[in-house]
Amino acid sequence: MDMKVQKKKLGMKERYRALTRDLGWEPSYRTKDELYPYVKYEGIRIHDWEKWEDPFRLTMDAYWKYQAEKERKFYAIIDAHAQNNGHLHITDARYLSALKIFLQAISPGEYCAHKGFARVGREFAGVGTQVACQMQAIDEIRHAQTQIHAMSNYNRYYDGFHAFADARDRIWYTSVARSFFDDAMSAGPFEFMIAIGFSFEYVLTNLLFVPFMSGAAYNGDMATVTFGFSAQSDEARHMTLGLECIKFMLEQDPENLPIVQAWIDKWFWRGFRVLGLVSTMMDYMLPKRVMSWREAFEIYGIENGGALFRDLARYGIRPPKGWEDAGKAIDHMSHQLMLGLYQWSFGTAFHSWIPSDEDMDWLSAKYPTTFDKYYRPRWNHIKKLAAEGKQYKNFGLAKLCQCCQLPTVFTEPDDPTLICHRETVYKGETYHFCSDGCQSVFEDEPEKYIQAWLPMPALFREQQGDIAAWMDWVSLRDGFDNGDYDGSRDQKHFKEWREIATSNR
Amino acid sequence: MQIDLRTVTIDPQRNTFDHLARRFGDKPASRYQEGSYDIQAAENLHYRPTWDPEQALYDTSITRIVLQDWYVLKDPRQYYYSTYTLARARQQETAEANFGFVESRGLGDAMAEELRDAALRVLVPLRHAAWGANQNNAFICGYGYGTAFTQPCMYHAMDNLGIAQYLSRLGLLLGDTEALDAAKQAWTEDRSWQPLRRYVEDSMALRDPFELFVAQNLVLDGLLYPLVYGRIVDDELSPRGASAVAMLTQFMSDWFDETRKWVDSVVKTAAAESDGNRAVLAEWIHDWRERAAAALLPIVELALGARADEAVAEQLTAFDARVAKTGVTL
Repeated sequence: MDMKVQKKKLGMKERYRALTRDLGWEPSYRTKDELYPYVKYEGIRIHDWEKWEDPFRLTMDAYWKYQAEKERKFYAIIDAHAQNNGHLHITDARYLSALKIFLQAISPGEYCAHKGFARVGREFAGVGTQVACQMQAIDEIRHAQTQIHAMSNYNRYYDGFHAFADARDRIWYTSVARSFFDDAMSAGPFEFMIAIGFSFEYVLTNLLFVPFMSGAAYNGDMATVTFGFSAQSDEARHMTLGLECIKFMLEQDPENLPIVQAWIDKWFWRGFRVLGLVSTMMDYMLPKRVMSWREAFEIYGIENGGALFRDLARYGIRPPKGWEDAGKAIDHMSHQLMLGLYQWSFGTAFHSWIPSDEDMDWLSAKYPTTFDKYYRPRWNHIKKLAAEGKQYKNFGLAKLCQCCQLPTVFTEPDDPTLICHRETVYKGETYHFCSDGCQSVFEDEPEKYIQAWLPMPALFREQQGDIAAWMDWVSLRDGFDNGDYDGSRDQKHFKEWREIATSNR
Repeated sequence: MQIDLRTVTIDPQRNTFDHLARRFGDKPASRYQEGSYDIQAAENLHYRPTWDPEQALYDTSITRIVLQDWYVLKDPRQYYYSTYTLARARQQETAEANFGFVESRGLGDAMAEELRDAALRVLVPLRHAAWGANQNNAFICGYGYGTAFTQPCMYHAMDNLGIAQYLSRLGLLLGDTEALDAAKQAWTEDRSWQPLRRYVEDSMALRDPFELFVAQNLVLDGLLYPLVYGRIVDDELSPRGASAVAMLTQFMSDWFDETRKWVDSVVKTAAAESDGNRAVLAEWIHDWRERAAAALLPIVELALGARADEAVAEQLTAFDARVAKTGVTL
C-alpha cells in the first residue's frame, strides 16, 4: 500500500466504528448459539445487531481521561469533608436516616446493576450493545464504591450504617430493593435491559436521584452532593442506553412489541413500589425539604413519563398498566409507608419520628386533599400516646407482599380507608399481595415469585420468632440503630458535637 | 505556615463497617477494602436464574475451583474503580504523547516498508483477539464469585477493549483504514490466524469462569504478550529501525507487566488452597497451553519466519517457570 498518500480523515462516527464496532466478527468455529446462548431465550427477535445506534461513541482512552478527572474531584471533596467534620454541617442528624436507607438498600442495587450489566455486556451479540453495557457495568461499580466511601465517614460517627452488608442480605426492608434487582438479574438479558436500563435508569431514576441529591444539597451533605454530581454524567449515559435499547428492540421486529409491553408493565410497577422508600424520605426524612413526593412525581413521573410514552406510542407502546393506580397512590403512599416504618421502628437500622406540628403543616399544604383528613389524626394519636409514655410500637409482624416485599400497608386505589389485600392460590399455597400490580406480576410468572425470600417467615424459621436473636442476626444494635430519633444517640451526639464546633468550648 | 483544618476533635464511635471489622479487626479500612469486601450479596438471594435454574444468582459451584472464601483472591494492586481509572488515565496520557510523537514526526512513513508491513501484519489482526479477551473478562466479572475476584476482571475487560482500540489506531496511523480491513480479512480468512481465532472462539464458549480466566488471562495472554510485544516488537522490529512501533505498543508492554502480577496472584492463591484446585489448574493450564502455543506459532512466523519455533519454545520455557512459581505442577 502507498503510504505517501494523505491519510483519510475519519469523522467521529467512522472512527468509532473502526475502533469499536469493527472489532467483532462472524464466528465459524463455534455457532452463535454456543457463544450467545441466551439471546433468543426470551423470544425477542433481533435481525440485525448492526442497526443498534451507539448513544455514546466513547473510546477507552477518552473514558479513562474523563472519568479520572471526575474521580480526582470526588475524592478531594470527600477527603476535605472528612477532614473538616463535614458531618456537622448537615441540618440535623434526622437527615441521616435517608442516607442509611440509601446505603442499606440502594447502594447494593448499584452493585447488582454492575454485575448484571457485565453479564449482558457479554451475552448480547452485537459489539455496540456489548460495549455500551460494559461501560455501564464499570460505572455501576463506581457508584457502589463512591457511595460506600462517601458514607464511610458518617459511619464512624453515627449509628445505623455499620452493618449495611448484613442488612442487605437479611433485613426486611432491604429485601424490597434487592428482590427488584435479583428479579432483573434472574431474567434474560433483554428483560434485564428493560428492568434496569429502561425502567429504573430511564423512567424512574430522576425520581430517585434528583430529589435525593437536591435533598442532600438542601441539608448540607456535601459528601452526597459530590457523589450526585459526579455520578450525573454517568447517569446521562445510562439513561440514553436504556432508551436506545428499547427503541432498538421495538424497531427490530413488530413481534417484540407485546413482550416489551409486558416488561414495561411489570417493571414500572415494581420500580414504583421500590421508590415508595424514597417517598418517605422526601416527605418525612429531610429536615429541610426540597419538594414533596407528590410534586416530584408530577414532574418526573407524570410530565416526563407521559411525554416518553407519547413518544413511544408510535411503536404501539401504551403507558404501563399500573399507571393510573400509581397516580391514585401518590397522595397516600409516603404517609402510609412512613406510618409503617414508625410502628415497626424497632426493626429498622435507622430512626423514624413523629413529625412536628410544623412538619405536619407542610405536609398538609403539600397534600391538601389527604393529609389532614387521613394522616394528621393518626400522627396526632400516636403523638398523644407518646406523651403518655405509651409509644406506639407494633411488635406484630407485617404481612409482606410476595412480589414487592413491602408490608401490605397500602390502601385500595379508590378507597383510602381500606387496606388493599390480594391473594392468589398457587399449587395449594396462598400468596399475598399489596396491590393488583404486584398480584399480576406474580401471576405472570408464579414459578419465579414463589421462590422469593420473605424476611418475616425467615424470622420464624431461623430465629424461632425471637426478636433479640433476629436483631443479632441482622447486626442491628437495639437502642442505638433503631427506634425513635428523639432520645437517640445520634441526636445526642450531633447536638453535643455541633455545640463544640460552633462555640468556644 | 501550617493551618490545622481540624477545628474539632471528636472521637469516632467505630473505625469501620462491621463486615470489615470482622475480617481485619476494628481499625480504619482502606478504600480498596471498603469497595471490595463483601459488597456482593451472599445470602437469601431471591430467585434462581430463569435461564439456568440449576445455578444460584451468584454461584460458587459453576466453577471447578473450590475456595472457602472467594475474597482471598484479592488484587495485589488494590484496584478499585478510582485507583484503576487514575492509573490508566496516566498511561493513556503517555500513549497519547507517543502516538502524537510518531505521527507528528512522520516516524511511520520513515520506517522501512518491509518493517511497517510486518508490524501491520502481526499486530493489527490482534485487535480482534483483544476483543475476544474483552468478552471473556466481561464474562468472568459477570459470573465469577466475589468482588475481589471479579472487579479486576471488569477493569481487565475494559483494558482489553482499550488495547483493541490502540491496535486499531496503530493500524490507522501506519496503514490507514485499508490496514484495518486487511487485518480483519486476515483474522477471518488467512490460514495463519485461524488457530488463534479458533482458540478465542472456543474460549468464548466456556462457561466456567475460572477456567476461562486460566485460558485467557494466564495462558493465552501469558504467551501472546511476551512473544508479540517482547520478542517481535522489542527484540526484532525495534533494533531494525521500527522503534516507532515500540512506542505505539508501550501501553501493552507496561500493561502486561502490571497485570501478570495480579493474574499470578489469583492462580497462586487458588492453588495454595487445596490439592484439588492444583490438580484442576494443572489440567486446564496443560490443555490450553498446548493449544495456545500451536495457535501463536504461525503468527510468530509472520515476523520471525524460520526462527519462530525457537521463539515459541523459549517462551514456553519461560511460561512454565512462571507457572511453577504459582505452585502448580504441570
